[in-house]
Amino acid sequence: MSSKRILIYGIVAICLLGIYVAGRRTAQKPKPAASGNVAPDFTLTDLDGRKLTLSDYKGTVVLLDFWATWCGPCRTEISHFVEMQNQYGPQGFQVIGISMDDDAKPVREFAQHYKLNYPVAVGDDKLADRFGGVLGLPVNFIIDRQGRIHAKYLGATDVSVFDEAVKNLLAKP
Amino acid sequence: MSASYFLRSFFAVCLLSLSLGFACAAQEPVLFDGSGPVVFGFQAAPTDDAIPATQRVTPDELAKSLQSAGAQKPLLFEVGPHSLYLQAHIPGSEYLGATSSDSGRKQLRQRVKALPHDTPIVLYCGCCPWSHCPNAHPAYQELHALGFTNVKVLYIANNFGTDWVDKGYPTAKGE
Repeated sequence: MSSKRILIYGIVAICLLGIYVAGRRTAQKPKPAASGNVAPDFTLTDLDGRKLTLSDYKGTVVLLDFWATWCGPCRTEISHFVEMQNQYGPQGFQVIGISMDDDAKPVREFAQHYKLNYPVAVGDDKLADRFGGVLGLPVNFIIDRQGRIHAKYLGATDVSVFDEAVKNLLAKP
Repeated sequence: MSASYFLRSFFAVCLLSLSLGFACAAQEPVLFDGSGPVVFGFQAAPTDDAIPATQRVTPDELAKSLQSAGAQKPLLFEVGPHSLYLQAHIPGSEYLGATSSDSGRKQLRQRVKALPHDTPIVLYCGCCPWSHCPNAHPAYQELHALGFTNVKVLYIANNFGTDWVDKGYPTAKGE
């Protein structure tokens, strides 16, 4: 077989590989969350004993964070969420933490130790189900000023993605 | 141009394409364009840890073994958060408590107290990516220390939702 023919076969093989890789990427496309739907409303009691109702934050861009004290990636994100609350809070942004711990004691200790500057409440499986299931942590939702789910983030997410999404939504009326 | 030139060019192009292909496939695509909601997540690369590969079972392997007739079914223990178990768990699995906590490990010890040490057991969690799970390893260590010889851990690379539920494997809800 001539070298030229080997090169041609090689190029064909590369093209087929490229098609395979592109197809794999397409197959891996994550499915969308409840697109554009109004976020399920809920009322919980936060760690300070105050009523926490999601619909009270209409008009605000909300980052709803499902997390737990034993979740390493959650703790990494939380340090950034505290910064985001400080930075974007005056512009109409609110972080709300929903802990999926089995009880409130470690959550209260965690919130005090890390000086969380946003409301935190303990959630349960029923609340998680209403948001399409929280079958792993962390899970974050960004909710626009009209109370609609703008995006869902499953698993540890680069913090710049949150920044970008929040800034875009804050820029809108 | 010589044959060796063509061969060198061919291998160089192959290497470049494979590198690009793997680099692109290594990360989930970002679909966020501001026009609608997306689901976005990183797949954590599992790290070498104290649960040897021979003691892990993949979701596909476990699902097949649970569905096969005649084969001895292992005891299934969910050792992660209760809220996860209530939302979705493997049918027939028992919830014992998160083994990152003393109470969870105590429940596990209590449950296996009367079992023969060669009882086939599969532990699973799925709260977090494998490399970050605070429950699977303590549970495995606990049983290993008690002398159990037939213990495997369900290898969940990302989380229970992505690696079990979304793959269509059998799921139950509630207690």
